[in-house]
Amino acid sequence: MAKQGFLEKNLRYLFPLPAVLFVIILMVFPVVYTFFLSFTDWSLTSGKPLSIVGLESYLKVLKEPRFIESLGRTFYFTFGAVIVEMVLGTVLALILNRKFKGQGMVKTLLLLPLVATPVAIGIVWNLFYDPTIGILNYVLSVLKLPQSGWVSDARTVMPSLILVDIWEWTPMITIIVLAGLAGLPSEPYESARVDGANARQVLFQITLPMLMPTILTAVILRAIDALKTYDIIYSMTGGGPGYASENLNVLAFKYSFEYFRMGQSAVMLVFLFAIVMLFSLMVMRVRSIFEL
Amino acid sequence: MQRKPIHSILFGIMLLLIIIPILFPFIWMLMSSFKTQVDIISWPPKFIFTPVMQNYERVFIEQDFLHYMKNSVIVSVVSVFFSLILGLPAAYSIARYKQNKLSVFILVARLMPGISFLMPWYIVFSRLHLMDSYVALILSHMLIALPLVVWVMAPYFDSVPRELEEAAMVDGLTQQSAFLKILLPLSGPGVVTATTLSFIFSWNNFMFSQVLSQQKTRTLPIAVYNFLSYVEVDWGAVMAAAVVIMAPAIILTMFFQKYVVKGLTMGAVKG
Repeated sequence: MAKQGFLEKNLRYLFPLPAVLFVIILMVFPVVYTFFLSFTDWSLTSGKPLSIVGLESYLKVLKEPRFIESLGRTFYFTFGAVIVEMVLGTVLALILNRKFKGQGMVKTLLLLPLVATPVAIGIVWNLFYDPTIGILNYVLSVLKLPQSGWVSDARTVMPSLILVDIWEWTPMITIIVLAGLAGLPSEPYESARVDGANARQVLFQITLPMLMPTILTAVILRAIDALKTYDIIYSMTGGGPGYASENLNVLAFKYSFEYFRMGQSAVMLVFLFAIVMLFSLMVMRVRSIFEL
Repeated sequence: MQRKPIHSILFGIMLLLIIIPILFPFIWMLMSSFKTQVDIISWPPKFIFTPVMQNYERVFIEQDFLHYMKNSVIVSVVSVFFSLILGLPAAYSIARYKQNKLSVFILVARLMPGISFLMPWYIVFSRLHLMDSYVALILSHMLIALPLVVWVMAPYFDSVPRELEEAAMVDGLTQQSAFLKILLPLSGPGVVTATTLSFIFSWNNFMFSQVLSQQKTRTLPIAVYNFLSYVEVDWGAVMAAAVVIMAPAIILTMFFQKYVVKGLTMGAVKG
């Protein structure tokens, strides 16, 4: 073997170094800075220099009803969407898990909602939801059902947004579960056939338990993204009507870039960050339990 | 095995029940983009109409979407390119030396809410007079692309047998040239997956560009959004804009379906 040069001897440090430096500068420093700002009362519009106020911004934020409501809405949106996506996505995968003509095309179709630009998706759904010209109210009127205000009504805005998320992301669960199904070993099925198990027993006692790690990982990853949902909500409702569809991400965005109250915004970001990290730890935990 | 015909009919119906809801928003968007405003706001909604090109003319001629499209292409392509340059060696090192902590460190960037870095970036980039610059946008989009590259490529490199590199090194190649000349050329499919996914996510990004770009560097998602707010909802033109912005990601996906599936299922499915 050739004599090892400096690069080769230290390859394990030098190869990842640029990427690590990049992540430290663009992610770690900003996050630390955000933590620091959360202990200040800095506001860009006040013109005053930043001063450290300890937990004052935290108290202010915790007393702000908009914050508490957005926190609840963040969880409502996430659980509402992800539970439906998990069940529906798995059912679709079980239906599609067979050989048929046009399988490749169906798989491509499944990918479309999740690669399409969320802002554009939001706009299209706004046209569907439009109370006067939207096709959804037309369908309701044909079915002789009462029409809805959809995203323009504070009572229905959250379920309407959740529906868009379900349309957008159910196919991802389906794709992941399909891949999981393709990788299942065949022995348990063979012995089940020998034992004379029926289709339902096979599904509930073999297929679903073996798929559990896959489904769980997919669902938690999905939940992490749902907690941070921004594009769809901001582009469809801007957090409205009133504040009725503000989740944490949208509210923190407004505090940062519309009201420029950096201190309080930082507090909200710390909360969002903590929630997302908690879910991330869950993914790691699931992955290590199942040795993925 | 021959299925009963009744079963394949049932399956066909179920397939339609799955496909139609998925496709309908895209079809409606495409149809509306060729409708006049009168046809769009007509009640009941029209399925048959005379197609017109005026919406696309508005988007490209009056609104100068080519300018925003150019920005989107520059930001996505350059940020994906640099993410590959930083990410590929890192992924290689993670795979070869089992640097799991390192991999978690970089992947955390994929999980973290983007807005928690965006506010500090806004402050720093303003001070450095980098607002509305390609540099700021590209750096921010790299934080989307880089973790995806590592996420896809570390397991990929791990799956390539070590013997190939070792044989090359016995023949006198250094490890870095074995990586460049032997391993990378063998990793085409992985690189395609990583590139496609990170391009799509960068292309679709809304929040970073919303804050860091203004007229000069504004990317398509923001242009479409702004369009919505200052024309008195000219639905046809907005739909045409939506078609324009979605087209590249959708075309890429159709070409690279297998790779996109691979990238998306990675991490949840073993192997």
